[in-house]
Amino acid sequence: MVAAEAIPVSAADGALGLLWLLPAIPLGVAFVNLFFGQKVGRIAGVVASLAVLVSFGIAANAVRELLALPPEQRLVVQHLFDWISVGSFKVGVDLRLDAISATMILVVTGVGALIHIYAIGYMHGDPRFGRFFAYLNLFVFFMLMLVLGGNYLLLYLGWEGVGLCSYLLIGFWFEKEENAEAAKKAFITTRIGDSAMMIGLALIVFHFGTLDFEPIFGAAGEVLSNGAATAVALLLFAGAIGKSAQVPLHVWLPDAMAGPTPVSALIHAATMVTAGVYLVVRSAPIFEASSIALDVVAVVGLVTLLFAGVCAVAQWDIKRALAYSTISQLGYMFLAAGLGAYAAAMFFLVAHAFYKALLFLGSGSVIHGMDEEQDMRKMGGLFRKMPVTAVTMILGALALAGFPFMAGFFAKDVVLEIANTNERWGFYVLGSIGALLSATYIGRLIFLTFFGKPRSEQAEDAHESPAVMWIPLAVLALGATFGGWLSLGPEGRISSFMEPIVGLVPEGEAGLGRPIFYAVAVAVTLTGLILTWWIHGSGRVDWLAQRERLEPLPRASLNGWYVDRAYDLLFVQPGKTAAWLAAFVVDAKGIDGLVNAIGGGVKRLAQGGRLMQTGFVRSYALAVFVGAVAVLAWVGWRL
Amino acid sequence: MRTPIAYFLLLSGILFALGTVGVLTRKNALLIFMSVELQLNAVNLALIAFSRMHNDLTGQVLAFFSMVVAAAEVVVGLAIIVAIYRRRQTVDVDDARELRW
Repeated sequence: MVAAEAIPVSAADGALGLLWLLPAIPLGVAFVNLFFGQKVGRIAGVVASLAVLVSFGIAANAVRELLALPPEQRLVVQHLFDWISVGSFKVGVDLRLDAISATMILVVTGVGALIHIYAIGYMHGDPRFGRFFAYLNLFVFFMLMLVLGGNYLLLYLGWEGVGLCSYLLIGFWFEKEENAEAAKKAFITTRIGDSAMMIGLALIVFHFGTLDFEPIFGAAGEVLSNGAATAVALLLFAGAIGKSAQVPLHVWLPDAMAGPTPVSALIHAATMVTAGVYLVVRSAPIFEASSIALDVVAVVGLVTLLFAGVCAVAQWDIKRALAYSTISQLGYMFLAAGLGAYAAAMFFLVAHAFYKALLFLGSGSVIHGMDEEQDMRKMGGLFRKMPVTAVTMILGALALAGFPFMAGFFAKDVVLEIANTNERWGFYVLGSIGALLSATYIGRLIFLTFFGKPRSEQAEDAHESPAVMWIPLAVLALGATFGGWLSLGPEGRISSFMEPIVGLVPEGEAGLGRPIFYAVAVAVTLTGLILTWWIHGSGRVDWLAQRERLEPLPRASLNGWYVDRAYDLLFVQPGKTAAWLAAFVVDAKGIDGLVNAIGGGVKRLAQGGRLMQTGFVRSYALAVFVGAVAVLAWVGWRL
Repeated sequence: MRTPIAYFLLLSGILFALGTVGVLTRKNALLIFMSVELQLNAVNLALIAFSRMHNDLTGQVLAFFSMVVAAAEVVVGLAIIVAIYRRRQTVDVDDARELRW
């Protein structure tokens, strides 16, 4: 990274003075819906969607104002009030608008608004309709606090808040035991990362005496030694691993698909899970102060990219396939960030938000049309039945696969190009294999779902979803198709917009030439797509039988290579055993035993001692007399 | 020629011993009570004797206090004895031993 010049902080005035309304509106509406949502029925969804739309308008206006400033002054902080003030340690509620948070608020409110509208249709008739939208709005509030927070504590507030909303929404249909289990799993797994992150924040306070971004990033290189920077960066990254479902804490995301599909689209694809990427990009100066932190980020991203890609290829559940795909794509973002290409990571984040939200909402539409059936083996031939869903989803899939000139093409190739031109061949080759996997799993999903013959009665009777559901799909499809044009090449608009904050994308001079590079990229994508067409779309291959021949590999992949079971054996069962020991042996026998022994001893002592109370007044008098004599004798002897 | 202090103390000691023996041997609450008064008066006597020996009125003042407190105590004590008598038609202290153990 080319060190970004320190940017003067501008006070928020004019239209930017309205910045506080951006999170305030969803928060307010969330509470209104929480209390009155049940009574007003469908209006709750409309009000909630409007709230996010208004937020989007404010965000767009604020970003327009920001763009009106010269590039080196695009940093606005609105100080609302002091939150904590202890001695010299101060934490204010500051909203910080710069290139990174501007990008994020547009994604959160823009994609968020579309998903809200979609949810009006999807959640229609749900007995807890109002509460659903209250939670969604609360999520938008916390997400905005996360990205707008001007210090780590505010970021952490939003971070935990979105975790809470994620928990509430995954377990939204908590009547089913497994949904409640999935919610707990998501919360606890991310909490492991969050705890590490909190230690990281404590270390930041220890070294800098503040949590504000500005002084920390300005002095990260000087204040932190290499070791300290590595510790802080890796602890923060541990939080990102949990939140963004990277290996080894990825296990919660596939299960999180138990939640309603709009939730999967909003929280577990477009916004919350990308918070980890945001955190790494935001904290870039700390990561750069360490010699190895960025490499760790890149390697974790790469491993996740490949591992989740392999899992995604074998899934039958359409939403689980997309969940593994999300994990895999998040791996790309971390790979980009780890290579120092922060703008590329952010651009990938935006592009991914479009096409993955689209794919999730499309899958929701499919599930809706299939009477809640999620198994792709029972789908097939839905193209005729659900044309709008099919066309939009295919656009989303092409974008994800990196088909030329779609959003994912640019996003992915920026990342790979940096690996290429800096001659980091390992990342380039494995990243390209990841691209092949992406094209394969998404091609498989499309061909299994929309082509071939219907393989069940529901697939025969499938119907298109209502307009309130497919209009957001269409809008997102536009984004997935044309979103990539925001960044034509590393010098593109998003990169130059980000440059004052995160520096230039570190493009090298070496590596394969442009024509060969693009030829390889396109070839990889087409290979994956054609391969899946041949297997699943052409009708010439008996894919179930072929899969049978490869066992047990597909089954292992379907079950995520048994990581869950390993964690169960390694951590959950020993944990339960330890808890049982603590509760029924250490506590019941040890601690309670000690307390009871003391109590029993005193009781037995008293049992004997109370026999001294004979009830004869004269023996008491004698005791007093003898006592008095004894005292006098002692005093006399002392004198 | 003054009476030596030893005489007073001897008398006081005899009175106190008599009172003590009375308290420890008698069963009748009234007699125990009277014995306690005897002990108190023994102490008063000693106080006054010392007061005279030292030419200091503090001892006499203390004796007056002791008498006043003793008078108050008599009121309370007799009231308790009367109450006990009304209840059980006896003032034998060995009978009144419900609050043991």
